[in-house]
Amino acid sequence: MTIIFYVFAFSALMISFAKSKEKTKTALKKAWKSFENILPQLLLILLIIGMLLAVLTAEQISSFLGARSGFVGVLLASLLGSVTLIPGFVAFPLASALLHSGGGIMQITAFVSTLMMVGIVTLPLEFKYFGKKATILRNSLALGFSLMVAVIMGAIL
Amino acid sequence: MKEKLFRFIKRYRLFLILLVINLIVLLAFPKTGNRSFQLTYQNLLDMLSVMPPIFILLGLLDVWVKRETMIKYMGEHSGILGVLLAFFLGSAAAGPLYAAFPVALVLLKKGSKFSNVIIMMGAWSTTKLPLLLFEASAMGYRFMLLRFVLDIFGIAAIAFATEKLLSKKEKEEIFKNAATLD
Repeated sequence: MTIIFYVFAFSALMISFAKSKEKTKTALKKAWKSFENILPQLLLILLIIGMLLAVLTAEQISSFLGARSGFVGVLLASLLGSVTLIPGFVAFPLASALLHSGGGIMQITAFVSTLMMVGIVTLPLEFKYFGKKATILRNSLALGFSLMVAVIMGAIL
Repeated sequence: MKEKLFRFIKRYRLFLILLVINLIVLLAFPKTGNRSFQLTYQNLLDMLSVMPPIFILLGLLDVWVKRETMIKYMGEHSGILGVLLAFFLGSAAAGPLYAAFPVALVLLKKGSKFSNVIIMMGAWSTTKLPLLLFEASAMGYRFMLLRFVLDIFGIAAIAFATEKLLSKKEKEEIFKNAATLD
């Protein structure tokens, strides 16, 4: 999938370059600037995630998030998912492993959903773009929604 | 030169502090420290491999798409077309949610409707197409489909609620703030 993006971006870049050298240069400069803008926070986030995952083992996680952990487990899973921020390509194998080693559907769904939608570590970054109120609104609504999805999926599956 | 270094340290200070802590952990508990660095390194590589095309496309979008065009398709009166475009833009993207912030910024700057920006972020975080296939293979199709359907309603509801709960003035502030960032 990433390859498609590279091909697409490269083609777009070529077309842009054929149309205007100047504008393409500006575009690349802007691309670099917006990347460098989030780099400090990004590196910080990656280090925090690395440290968290290094300290916690998969067994420890699943003992807290088993099917019998009930709603407390769901809340714990949401908290964990909100704090951690790992890409879906890592999250789903982890979620699947948790599920097979005794994690409950409700807890795992809450974990996956908050993992993707709620970002506590990235709050400062989001504040910068959307201001405090909109950021807190979006994150709390997403958290509430994640809990709802967890309960619904737990009931159906 | 000195000033540049100072600015660099100021911007990266939290990262540098944590890096030092991590190095201390590495010395005191080699196993944990090593694992932590390995995970960070792996995540960094993953991230760096998906980000270049996103930012290049972002730069091109910024330079080539006129503000008027964006307002027409995703602005205040864009209606259902704007909503669909926001869903599509978010779903087709790659990368974690924090990579969506700069994209959101460009949309805000170009005059997209606020709720459409939130929809884009919602879609970016959960209904990504390549991720759905991956989710289905890891968690099963029933899990993926059910979550997908619930997510579509949820994303729209979250965007609608956020838009309604912010006053006109607060939204104007966000757009004004966006105009000063780059």
